[in-house]
Amino acid sequence: MKVAISSNGKTLDSELDPRFGRANYFLIVDTDTMEIKEVKENIQNINLPQGAGIQAGKTVADCGVEAVITGNCGPKAFNVLQAAGIKVVTGVQGSIRQAVEKFKQDALQFSNGPNVQGHWA
Amino acid sequence: MILTVASGKGGTGKTTVTVNLAAIAADKGIQVFDCDVEEPNSHIFLKPENITSREIGTMVPVVDKDRCSLCGECEKICQFSAIALIAGRIMTFPDMCHSCQGCVMVCPEDAIISGSRVLGTLKTGTTPGGVDLTWGELRIGEAMSPPLIKQVKKRIDPLKLSIVDAPPGTSCPAIETLRDSDLALLVSEPTPFGLNDLALTVEVLKKLNVPMGIVINRADTEDTQTGLLDEYAHREGIDIMQRFPFSREAAMICSRGEMLVDKMPEMKALFQELYGKIALKLDTIKNREDRP
Repeated sequence: MKVAISSNGKTLDSELDPRFGRANYFLIVDTDTMEIKEVKENIQNINLPQGAGIQAGKTVADCGVEAVITGNCGPKAFNVLQAAGIKVVTGVQGSIRQAVEKFKQDALQFSNGPNVQGHWA
Repeated sequence: MILTVASGKGGTGKTTVTVNLAAIAADKGIQVFDCDVEEPNSHIFLKPENITSREIGTMVPVVDKDRCSLCGECEKICQFSAIALIAGRIMTFPDMCHSCQGCVMVCPEDAIISGSRVLGTLKTGTTPGGVDLTWGELRIGEAMSPPLIKQVKKRIDPLKLSIVDAPPGTSCPAIETLRDSDLALLVSEPTPFGLNDLALTVEVLKKLNVPMGIVINRADTEDTQTGLLDEYAHREGIDIMQRFPFSREAAMICSRGEMLVDKMPEMKALFQELYGKIALKLDTIKNREDRP
């Protein structure tokens, strides 16, 4: 399965970025092979006054992933991901490798909604 | 002529100055506009009667999915991510929309029509003393106040003297309120915090080309540091037009929703003096504008 994980860096040993909309990168990982299929830069979103969640949602939807693994996901990003049929796991910490391993062991639960409020910069 | 009462910092006494000046000038056919639409409170003091109320909305896009060809032109022009092409469908985010209508204009399929989203209410009334008051009340949960502020300001009669109560801060709502003012009265308090936010507002007003004057509130408190504001005003070449002393009695009167000019003769005298100075200044500005 192809998943997107919000990440501070570009490798499996990078730290998971707790922010979805304003993450540094999205790593697109094939959970079956543990291979990084794509590294999506998200730096352009970090200083957006608003709409970062929507744009980030669009980015991962365009990659054709089935799930997103992240720390926090706000209401607009969640709406976008839901519309694209992408499942979301929130509240995850640690390295990208650990996050994918936990996901593969079914140790992570999909969210039914956003886990943080939207914010106005 | 438009006099806008502003401050950087909140709670310095904008509304107190606005409503008491209005009471002094009531017989001059004055109009008051409360643009602090997130928490308007001029009406609490002015007690208007015959109140009218009407809902104010702002344009948001509505997409006709049958006509939409998913070309994405609307998404490209939108600077606020209020409309986006996601997974083969157009999604709109009404609370991000700034109502520019760009998406409506660029859509080659005419698939986007102008809908509306409720922002709040516009209210008007007249005080027993003859002051016309107009104010906006932003809907609870709404974050976009400038379009509602615009609607409040639309009622300004340029032939009359208008006093506009501005929201605090120096962001979009304050700028929307302050632009087109003939004179800004900056109510400040003599503290480092007060000075910091005063200076921010002065920088904004310089850009907006609005002449200004300063009113110092709670001017004689123990740890006054009034020197701070005086030194700043001198350096910037801005008049200090009045100094209101700290008074526990004044604070109690205000907290009861009563007018200082009705209850404290010494405050009334200070407001009369301030009004005289403002009238003179506005005359000078008007003459300057009238000159061919």
